[in-house]
Amino acid sequence: MRWFVQLRMRIQMLFGLGKAAARLDDELQFHLEQQIAENLAAGMSADEARYAALRNFGNPALLREQARATWSWTWLELLLRDLRYGVRTLARTPGFAAIAIVVIALGIGANVALFTIVRSVLLKPLPYKDPDQLVALYEHSADDQYPYNIIAPGVFAEWKKQNRSFSDLALLGDAEFNLSGVSGQLPEKVRGAACTWNLLPTLGVQPALGRNFTEADDRHSANATVLMSWGLWKRRFGGDPAILNQTIHLDGQPYTVIGILPAGFAYPDASTQLWTPVYHYKPAEQMDSLAAHQFQAIGRLKPGITAAQGVADLSVITRRLHDQHLDNPFVGKAANIKPLLEDMVGDIKQPLYVLLAATCCVLLIACLNVANLLVARAAARRKELAIRTALGGGRLRLLRERLMESFLLSAAGGAAGLLLAYGAVHWLLSTRKDMSRVEAIHIDGVVALFTVGLIVLCALFAGLISSLSTKSNQLLLSLQDSARGSSTGRAHTALRRSLLAAEVGLTVVLLIGAGLLLKSYQRLRSSDLGCITQNVLTMRIQLFGNRYREPAQQVNFYTALLARVRALPGVDAAGIAEAVPGQGYWQDEDFSVVEHPPLPQGTAQYAIYRFADSGFFAAMDIPLLRGHTFDPNRKLDQADQAIVNASFVKQYFPNEDPLGKHLHNEKRDYEIVGIVGDTRYSLAEDPKPIQYYPLYEGKENAGTLVLRSSRDVEQLAMPVQRIIQEMDHDLPVSDVLTMDQLLGKSTMDESFNATLLAVFAGLSLLLVAVGLFGVLSYIAAQRTSEIGIRIALGAQREQVLWQMLMDGLRPAIFGLGFGLAASVGAARLMRSILYGTQPLDPVVFASVAAMLLLVAALACMVPAWRASRLDPMRALRTE
Amino acid sequence: MGKPVDLVQGTLDLLILKTLSLEAMHGWAIAKRIQQVSREVLQVQQGSLYPALHRLEQQGWIKAKWAESETGRQAKFYSLTAAGRRQLEGETANWNRLSSAIDMVMNEA
Repeated sequence: MRWFVQLRMRIQMLFGLGKAAARLDDELQFHLEQQIAENLAAGMSADEARYAALRNFGNPALLREQARATWSWTWLELLLRDLRYGVRTLARTPGFAAIAIVVIALGIGANVALFTIVRSVLLKPLPYKDPDQLVALYEHSADDQYPYNIIAPGVFAEWKKQNRSFSDLALLGDAEFNLSGVSGQLPEKVRGAACTWNLLPTLGVQPALGRNFTEADDRHSANATVLMSWGLWKRRFGGDPAILNQTIHLDGQPYTVIGILPAGFAYPDASTQLWTPVYHYKPAEQMDSLAAHQFQAIGRLKPGITAAQGVADLSVITRRLHDQHLDNPFVGKAANIKPLLEDMVGDIKQPLYVLLAATCCVLLIACLNVANLLVARAAARRKELAIRTALGGGRLRLLRERLMESFLLSAAGGAAGLLLAYGAVHWLLSTRKDMSRVEAIHIDGVVALFTVGLIVLCALFAGLISSLSTKSNQLLLSLQDSARGSSTGRAHTALRRSLLAAEVGLTVVLLIGAGLLLKSYQRLRSSDLGCITQNVLTMRIQLFGNRYREPAQQVNFYTALLARVRALPGVDAAGIAEAVPGQGYWQDEDFSVVEHPPLPQGTAQYAIYRFADSGFFAAMDIPLLRGHTFDPNRKLDQADQAIVNASFVKQYFPNEDPLGKHLHNEKRDYEIVGIVGDTRYSLAEDPKPIQYYPLYEGKENAGTLVLRSSRDVEQLAMPVQRIIQEMDHDLPVSDVLTMDQLLGKSTMDESFNATLLAVFAGLSLLLVAVGLFGVLSYIAAQRTSEIGIRIALGAQREQVLWQMLMDGLRPAIFGLGFGLAASVGAARLMRSILYGTQPLDPVVFASVAAMLLLVAALACMVPAWRASRLDPMRALRTE
Repeated sequence: MGKPVDLVQGTLDLLILKTLSLEAMHGWAIAKRIQQVSREVLQVQQGSLYPALHRLEQQGWIKAKWAESETGRQAKFYSLTAAGRRQLEGETANWNRLSSAIDMVMNEA
């Protein structure tokens, strides 16, 4: 029961502190009175009795304190008192408090936002059952070019049949559907996945509604079934469960909706909205192929089996297949494995860590800045503190006050920073929907805890540094120091200078990082694509359904479309190709040159494969180097011409005239009629050999329409879409982008990273400038009388200006040297995310150094100039 | 009579508890009683008495009540709680063991 008594006691004390204090006074007074009464009884005079009693009693204030110290809430009382003092001192200098809070808020905000992303994307386990057992599987290509090649379904089938290490293996491939509208809705292009029926069981996920696929659904002869994402169901079907077992039309074909996946399910990525069984969706011959590398595969390792054992197991199977099909050079010869999480987020890992490191630097700079401000405050209050120490103020007590002050600043800054981070994360979610695992990002308890941790860290860091600046053993010195006429010793600003130097150093690292990324981005954007990028509009079209079953129907559509688009006023040129430069790799095909000796068994030649119409090269301004373009009148079986690019000629026809030679591809021979200039399939990649085949063959049903105009090309988007709608109102048009937008989208990561880092670096530079300005202003103010005397004694004003300027610049120069040295290491770590830029790029290093010195000089100029303009008489009268 | 002996903490707690086991009394009376019973050997300083009393109260071993004193003035009277009584028994046993042990050592020579 004693704990109960104690608890009651504590609660009473908590709410009755004031009353208890009065009672204590009463109790002590009573004691005193008793003593006086006794003294009187012993025969003393009234006065004498009183004095004797008081003497005996000792210091009543101390006694009271000692008794109070036993109460349970003393610590709280002290804390509240410190808090009150802290708030009061900060409120006295609202400008200082506001600056410090904003600085910390920026530092903590950036950090919390980045931490949220890093944690959600990189650190949190995948939301599947036992995610550690999940791995992504790859084929190691026979020519060793691609150790992580995507999978051919025939190889997958053998893995699934023969392996002993995996409890389950699942295959999935891309699929893009045109979802037809019901009752007046517009058709919509929806990204999907064609997967084996066991994808969900392998991941350990259940549909939220309805059922998963069965093995029977995953056959070519089965009825078409589809699973739908929670988001699509809510958005397009109003979240009505009646959709289950209903039919929807994808690419004009009926599919039965059998289930809805739980909200937040995002495999292989967040844009995937529909899943359908792969063996039903894809042609049977493709699913048997050992060479059609078009699929991803995942596996769940059996408990106790390591990834290495899994790789070994699959590699043996693959090797056996390879050896059985030596005539097929495209069968992989081994297998490879990545943990599934690594597979999904591997690409963004390094950029994210670079950004996180950058935000850590920003936070450190913010802390240093606040510490600097606090040191300045402590210096201004030196006299007050010295007097308090002289009067018996405990060191610990003063330290506690200081810490409380910096804690208040950090807490306010942290709260503002959390809001900032919240805004930043939301902004990111809306701008970077393409990022892997973006659906997993949200601010949660751990992030809140992290914020609290940062606040405490900042408070301790800034508070302790500033406490170091006042040494109690220099008590007398500081009392003397502030006597009239003398100026403060240099020692007092030494700490602030070192803090500034550290700040400058970190800022230099950030600036150089940002400079490298910006340069790399600029290099990337200015790399020559091999075609025009101005005034070009692109859009994706996909022909589907019964209307285009026959190649002739497709060719007719393309021809008619091009004729109508070219006739449109304002269109200078138009063309269609499978993909335009910068739009990606898409596919390659193997080929042989008919006139060359046959290739040795087990080897193959392959190059990027594109189909194009005869006007495509002119429309994109891809130069025709030799020969001529396709003959648009040779259609279908007669379309037997091919065009290759310069790299292709260089690689496969060295010292030989390719014109008139024949390429053998898919059982047909094509005559090479033209050679065109090189183009890049991606800005970051060097030009690769490309083989072009005529659109008029009618083999492919999806492509990019491009049109060029001398006036605002975006104006043409609507008229062209109207033409397409008139020709086939079920045909969806997607990705309507100018070439510039398309390239911008493809380099979004790089521009995003470079921009963010540049913002951080700019922020730090601003903080440094403010810091330099503050310190030098302070030094100048402290030395007012000294400078006054110098000037009175005949010192030249230029001399004073120069001296003050150098005084202020010294920490900047130290910091610059230290920062440049540190950047050498940091830049090397960034090497892998740089394009066409050396980590030790002299231009970046030099311009950063110049910019920093310039900013530092500007920041120091004002206080130095002011000092040199001092009126000696007025200066000597200050104090 | 030699110099008054300073009391070590803990011993004072024990003495207070023991004193209060007879009847409720206020601080001044507690100090007086300890002084008298020990024939002026033990002097309780106010500086230790009141912190000790407040500590014991926080611990729940004694409780306090304001009542009229012999002089007619309001005074804070402390009395033992049940827990305090148990604490006193335990502490007394401890003390006896300790002091007899010290006796034995001292008298052995």
